[in-house]
This record gives sequence, C-alpha cells and structure tokens, in this order.
Amino acid sequence: MEEQAAGPLLKTPLYDEHVSLGAKMAPFAGYEMPIEYSALVSEHHATRNAVGIFDVSHMGEFRLTGAGAYDFLQRMLTNDLDRIGEIGTAQYTLMLDEEGHIIDDLIVYNTGGEYLIVANASNRTTDFEWLSSHAPDDVELADESDRTALVAVQGPEALQVITELAGADWEAPERFHIKDALFQGSLPALVARTGYTGEDGVEVFVRSADAVALWRLLLSFPEVTPAGLGARDTLRLEVGYSLYGSDMDRGRTPIEAGLGWVCPKTKSGYIGSEVVAAQRENPPAEVLRFLRLQRGIPRHGYGVFAGEREVGTIASGSHSPTLGVGIATAYLPRNDIKPGAQVEVDIRGRRVIAEVIKPPFFVKD
Amino acid sequence: MAIPAELNYTEDHEWVKIESETAMIGITDYAQDQLGGLVFVNLPAVGDTFAVGAVFGEVESVKSVSELLAPLSGKVIEVNAELESAPETINNDPYGAGWIIKMSVSDPSQTGALLDATAYEALTA
Repeated sequence: MEEQAAGPLLKTPLYDEHVSLGAKMAPFAGYEMPIEYSALVSEHHATRNAVGIFDVSHMGEFRLTGAGAYDFLQRMLTNDLDRIGEIGTAQYTLMLDEEGHIIDDLIVYNTGGEYLIVANASNRTTDFEWLSSHAPDDVELADESDRTALVAVQGPEALQVITELAGADWEAPERFHIKDALFQGSLPALVARTGYTGEDGVEVFVRSADAVALWRLLLSFPEVTPAGLGARDTLRLEVGYSLYGSDMDRGRTPIEAGLGWVCPKTKSGYIGSEVVAAQRENPPAEVLRFLRLQRGIPRHGYGVFAGEREVGTIASGSHSPTLGVGIATAYLPRNDIKPGAQVEVDIRGRRVIAEVIKPPFFVKD
Repeated sequence: MAIPAELNYTEDHEWVKIESETAMIGITDYAQDQLGGLVFVNLPAVGDTFAVGAVFGEVESVKSVSELLAPLSGKVIEVNAELESAPETINNDPYGAGWIIKMSVSDPSQTGALLDATAYEALTA
C-alpha cells in the first residue's frame, strides 16, 4: 500500500493539468496523484483498446555514472547487467537487503556510459540512501527525480502517436530498449519501450519544465485518454505484474514473490544472493499465488481460507474490467495450495470460491 | 445533479418512491457520481426483512464498497436482478432502470423521517 510521507503532499509538474481535467486526486506515496479522471473502467478499456496516458512523475529516477558503476550495480541488483550490455537496453530487476528481502523493484536502463534507474515513488528515499551508503568512490549517484517528469503512453495505438510526434525519420525502440527523440522538432525526450499495463507502449522521460507541453501534445490526439492510478492498478494486476507494498515488501524474498526469474541462477555475489540460492534449494513456506473469483470483489486484507483454516490474506485485489470478475494475489502455503486448487475468500463475512491460477489473468493477443 | 421532486431521500443518498404500502429504493444521482463506475451489486433475497438503517446490500466500484441501508423497515418483495449482470445501469439511470429493491413497508409512520427533494438538495449543495 502507499506509504505516506510526513508533511504536505508533493505535486508532480502535471498537477494543474489533472485538476483542470477534473481528476479525482488522492494521496499516493507522498504525492497528490490523479486516481481517475472520468471513470476508471473507461480509462482501463481505453488503454486496452487505444491509448491511455499516465502521469507517473512521482516515480524516482537515479543516474549512476563513474568507472565503478557496472561493478557496483552488479553487486546491488539481482538481474545480470551483462544482459543489457548494449547501449539503449533495459531490464527489470530487484534490490535486496542482506536477508534477501526486497528493498524495491526497479528498471535499469543502459543509456550509454551511465545507468538510469527508475524506482517506486514510495521507496525513492530508502533506495537512494541504500545505494549511497554502499557506493564506492568511483561511482557517482544523482537523484534526478525532481527535475524529471515521466509519462507512460500505453495501448495498441501508443506507438503511432509517439512516432507521429517524433517525426518520420524516427524509429521506435524495440521492447525493453530506450532512445532519444525530439518531439515536434523541439521537445527533447527519452523514450523507453517499457510499461506496466501489459500493452505495447512507451514511457517518456522529459525535463519537468517540459511536462505540460508533452501532456498537451499527447492529449491533442483524439485516440488518447488520460488515465489515473486506479486504471494503472487494474491494468497491471490483470497481467500479473507485482506492486511493491502489496505483492512484495521488505518482508518477502524474490522466491516467495514469484520473482526468481529476475535473479538469474548464473549470477552470484549480489547482496541477498545467498538467500535466493538457499531458497531455490529449500523453497519457502509461502509463495505469491493468483486467485480468480466466481463472484464479488476481493480487496487487500481479506482472509483466504482452505476449509476452516485461514491460509493467507489478499495482497492485491480488484475487479478486473477486462474479465468482469474479481482477481487477486495472496501469499499462501506453497505445498498445499497450487494452481488448479480452490480456496475461499471471506468478503465481509461471505465466503466466495476462488480458483488458484497461473498468472497472468489476461494475455493480450 | 438530478433530484426528482416527487421522490423522498435519505441522508445516506438513497431515494425512495412510496406507492401505498410499497417503497421502491435506489441510490441518487449524486451517490452514483461520487461512487464512480459500479462494477458489482450485492442484492438481498426476496423475502428478507430489514429494520430501518440495516444493511440490505452493497454496491461496489473498482476502488470502494458502499453499504446500502434500508430507508424504512419492511420486507423485500422484488429485487432488480438485472443489476447483477449490469451494475452500470445504476450509473446510467439511477432513478429509473437502476432501481435496486422494492419493499413492503411495515411501519408507514417511518416515511415522515425521510427528506423531500428540497431538503436533500440542501444536503448535497
């Protein structure tokens, strides 16, 4: 769940745009963020069927430079940087503590002579302090978050929109690649073919000062719908993407969270790697499972039962706008409850049957 | 926000249409707008009885659950079962096709505690 920073809420450079669009604003990770504009479900479908744009400027961006950057990040992060040795490539990765618990999930971009790291907003300070406290002298670490705006442009028509803005000579980066663009010949942007919706699309980094211009350019396309964090959450849950704070946190390891694939067996020596290796040999008691309900909407904290025994609680839970049913994640006993099993979710005193499935709930064809 | 003059209202943003001994019940235009797109409705069974103020059902948007409170004491005589497959009907037509239940009223004197349209409008202003 969102952790709220003490003190007044922060605003992204697009705050006034959201308010003038009539968005419902709410606190998220210390920022006042748009939850929905007109209707969450419409924004969800607009992203699945055309283009949704999301202000995710609250997320953290760190820039790492220096001769020691590669060695340092290999030690700090689970995934293997050798897989993104080519300039302009990106990977999903985790940062663990010595107990193998997840400090954050991140995307690392190799932007050529430096690494760009995108972090969860709620973890920005923790991450930066963790990295700083471990960094050797030959690594420079800069928190670029406040001067960087990030807009996710997601959906089957997203690339057409971006290509039109970037000009006829510009070719979109491949998936999990990143490259520069100059929108309308004057707005410099960094365009990454990444996202959190299960749709094709990009995430666009611009200077904070250019955020409003980018946002308005995007909205000038009739196929583009502004979408809030509410739709972002339903979109990501449908495709089985984990949310830090709900599906994983400082009390869970990658193996428990189903993120062993982000910790290559061929890589060792990163912080927490001994725990990951040990749990591969001796699997943990609980793992994250995915539930699909017959009726009703599961919500965070609801009990999950096998017969009379409470076996877990809902981590992420929502109505799935695409499937029209309730979907959820929960940490459940690994041995007893496997995909194909049935459990029950206690929805405010009513027991509802849920099927344990293999993620994702939904795959875009 | 529409507030039809001929209906009665509660402070919990439900409307009540009283016809002799029966009451048709739904949620107001204001309520549906505040809740946002509804995706699930939990209805009572015909024959269930509720005292005034008791929870007779729930409506859910993606982000929230709201309880439906009986505006009057009585027995459920009909439910709008179409809402189970099309809960968005409440958003689209809260005073018409989006009605939720009909009750037979056990204590007609309770209707005196309901708000009229003017009082409800003042509440939502």
